[in-house]
Amino acid sequence: MTKPTATVSPDSPPKAVRRRRRLTFDKASFMAVFVLLPLAVFTLFELVPLVQALYYALTDWAGYSPDMNFVGLTNFAAMFSDPLFMKSLRNSVILAAVVPTITLVCSFVIAAVVTTGGPSTGRIQGLKGSGFYRVVSFFPYCVPAIVIGIIWSQIYDPQRGLLNGLLSALGFDFQGFPWLGKVDTAMPASIMVIIWGSIGFYTVLFVAAIKGIPAELYEAARMDGAGRFRSAISVTLPNMLSSLQTGYIYLGLMAIDAFIYMVALNPLGGPDYSTWTMTQNLYNTAFFKGKFGYSTAQGVALAIVTLAYAGIIALIFRLARGRDDGTDRA
Amino acid sequence: MTTIATTAAPATIGRNRSHRSTTGDKVVAGVSHTLLSIWTITVIVPFAWTLLCSFKTTSEIFASPFGLPAQWNFDNYVKAWSDVGIGKYFFNTVVVVGCALVLVMLLGAMLAYALARFKFLGNRLIYNTMLAAMTFPVFLSIVPLFFVLSGFGLLSTKPGLILVYVAFALPFTMFFLYSFFRQLPQDVYEAAKIDGAGEWRAFFSVMLPMASPGMASVAILNFLGLWNQFLLPVVLNANPENYVLSQAMSVFQSKAGYSVDFGALFAAVVMTVLPVFIVYIVFQRKLEGSVSQGTFR
Repeated sequence: MTKPTATVSPDSPPKAVRRRRRLTFDKASFMAVFVLLPLAVFTLFELVPLVQALYYALTDWAGYSPDMNFVGLTNFAAMFSDPLFMKSLRNSVILAAVVPTITLVCSFVIAAVVTTGGPSTGRIQGLKGSGFYRVVSFFPYCVPAIVIGIIWSQIYDPQRGLLNGLLSALGFDFQGFPWLGKVDTAMPASIMVIIWGSIGFYTVLFVAAIKGIPAELYEAARMDGAGRFRSAISVTLPNMLSSLQTGYIYLGLMAIDAFIYMVALNPLGGPDYSTWTMTQNLYNTAFFKGKFGYSTAQGVALAIVTLAYAGIIALIFRLARGRDDGTDRA
Repeated sequence: MTTIATTAAPATIGRNRSHRSTTGDKVVAGVSHTLLSIWTITVIVPFAWTLLCSFKTTSEIFASPFGLPAQWNFDNYVKAWSDVGIGKYFFNTVVVVGCALVLVMLLGAMLAYALARFKFLGNRLIYNTMLAAMTFPVFLSIVPLFFVLSGFGLLSTKPGLILVYVAFALPFTMFFLYSFFRQLPQDVYEAAKIDGAGEWRAFFSVMLPMASPGMASVAILNFLGLWNQFLLPVVLNANPENYVLSQAMSVFQSKAGYSVDFGALFAAVVMTVLPVFIVYIVFQRKLEGSVSQGTFR
């Protein structure tokens, strides 16, 4: 979502733009269709609902009747004394904190090994024959998240699931252990599924980023006596901060959402609502309880959490860059 | 997760110990290959197990997670295809995603082109509004959207779902293509104009074909995004006749809990994954290119 910002290059507007032409039918019809048609679809089905949401959030609209009263910030105050909402907020914050970090560390390690883990003499190159790993681990990205959730809910099944079967075969006594049915394990087990589905995508992203780093930097590091690990930390990492930041933001937004995975793994929020997310709570409040005003207010809260998350990540990376610049010059 | 978490440590130690010695290289390579293989197996095994289970009867599934089916047949597939109606949902998904994809590529390219190469009042405003809209979660607008569609009488219809898909994929498509159209040389456009082409002709015959690498990349990303879309159909498409695959799978899963037809559930999963798998094998290179392009342009 932030990535298009990087796409925008305000430099060099095309020359012809400045030249004034007579407004012909060709030009007029062209502009009308090319701008107004897409804009109409966007406005009607995305912009209008967004703006409406901001208003509905301030009403007590309940049910399918058109009656609604303006109640100001009452909905937002209600959230703080709503234990279910607070629980979902807590869970979403946990997801946003844990999922991106673990995923990106794994993706970074794999990408670094695949691109620069090769022999320490000669050309800087990756591990031999590692393309296969990349191809395989990227595949889950293409599989619908709901299907990933269904597959894993079967793997986690206490009786007939693969996980307990494997553990029992290895001699551990996990027969009948409900991974998704215990407060202690439901969230970690769900987080693992999301990470499992995401690592490959970010590996591919990072591989592309690392390939863009000039080989001279690695050669210089090698001359200074840096091994592969040192090169990965001191050369690779600082030179791919922007892709790391993109990864953090994307994964964080996905983890705050997490709706599909959670619906597949634990539709009712898991034991003691330990995997109940803000998105599930919002959906439930709207389409089962019919409290549309309160539900859209939760949507606003979700947007605030999302933006706050993006802001924190941007700040952290700004600090990280600043420090790097400092040491480089020192 | 645990397998991966441990990946870092041993490989790291190996590397530190070994740099500049070929034996060290071998150790590093060995350790890395081992750990990467474990990870690869972790990715493959769930799919392989699903495939195995899709041939077992429900009682066989309950008997043992590893047992082989007594009979290898396609009963579960037949059941999932006809009784559950995977075939119908598959068809619905192809129609909805196909139409939405064509529309969003067309509208997105048109808007990106107009915004990137023409100066007019509101140009920046449109661009920035779309940027802002993209940063808000879909969940924020889902309730009002439900009533907007309902107001148009488009709730639970394929055209309604298609239009919403288009609207939500439009900003991303526009941003991605914007940079492509901006980079196209002005001379070619001028030449087309001198040869007598109007604005329409210049776009469709000259500029659009020149942006085709970008179009292909966005189309792939959009296809995956729309094919996997879940929230929008679940909320906006309550008519079982119009279900798309992802929502049908979810409904089927929750039903499977009662009717206990797990064999058919596994078969349905395989049938959902198979087309994506084929597309993936065919477009693998192109797809990786799209991903890196999409983020680093």
